[in-house]
Amino acid sequence: MSVEINVTGEVVTAYLSGELDHHTAKEMRESIDLAVELNMPTLLVLDFGNISFMDSSGIGLVMGRYRNLLKTGAQLHIANAPPQIYKVMRLAGLERLAKLERKGENNGNNQ
Amino acid sequence: METTNKFSMTVLSRSANESFVRACVAAFAAQLDPTLEEISDIKTAVSEAITNCIVHAYKEGAGKIYITGELTDNNMLRLKIRDKGCGIENIEKAMEPLFTTVGGERAGLGFAVMQSFMDSVRVRSVKDKGTTVSMTKKISPRFKLNG
Ligand SMILES: Nc1ncnc2c1ncn2[C@@H]1O[C@H](COP(=O)(O)OP(=O)(O)OP(=O)(O)O)[C@@H](O)[C@H]1O
Ligand SMILES: [Mg+2]
Repeated sequence: MSVEINVTGEVVTAYLSGELDHHTAKEMRESIDLAVELNMPTLLVLDFGNISFMDSSGIGLVMGRYRNLLKTGAQLHIANAPPQIYKVMRLAGLERLAKLERKGENNGNNQ
Repeated sequence: METTNKFSMTVLSRSANESFVRACVAAFAAQLDPTLEEISDIKTAVSEAITNCIVHAYKEGAGKIYITGELTDNNMLRLKIRDKGCGIENIEKAMEPLFTTVGGERAGLGFAVMQSFMDSVRVRSVKDKGTTVSMTKKISPRFKLNG
């Protein structure tokens, strides 16, 4: 499990990798929140391209970041969601909170 | 319908066991030759049930989680995940999407995921005694060349 942060202008991108469950969520959440706190982005991109597994703990993580971003009016994008992860996200209706992009759908944006 | 294989395992309610148990169940279910999507569905449902034991049932401290799996000759996987934790007072309410007794970082979608990804989910629970989640999933037989 790891989080790599990239800051470009007002965009913070968090590249998540490994398995996202209750065991790993806390550390991922803390890395993302620290980057948001330090950079005050207008857009946070969560890149799930290298996430190999996710359950509802990942939904909780996305919903929690969405709630935090509401305070500053920043946007949330989910990029590169692999099929299994996309399925869980759609079940949760995350497309109502964030722009939701499947893996292979982003045509080189958000990179 | 006959049982063709069985396993049982007991783990402590440590969060490191979430990935351990779902990997074990996936390896067991692999005997039915599931698709990648079916394997993902099973792993996700198992992860939800195990996480609930750790986060809810044994929130006061560590306890044991009992997992059994069975394969039947009609290509069915049956799973039981049992804890001896705090139990659920109102099961119907607990199973409603977005219902959670833990605010903040939990979505309240664990049961919704189990129900959506498995064919059947049954929950039995007694307050202060524990909870058993039973789930089944039929694995679609795959076309095989020359049997
Ligand atoms: N094994 C259990 N023992 C005691 N209570 C449980 C158990 N499993 C579930 N519950 C109760 O049922 C509620 C709903 O469970 P569910 O998995 O749907 O959501 P959650 O665990 O709260 O959130 P999420 O799964 O999205 O992280 C829980 O909040 C908890 O109160
Ligand atoms: Mg849950």
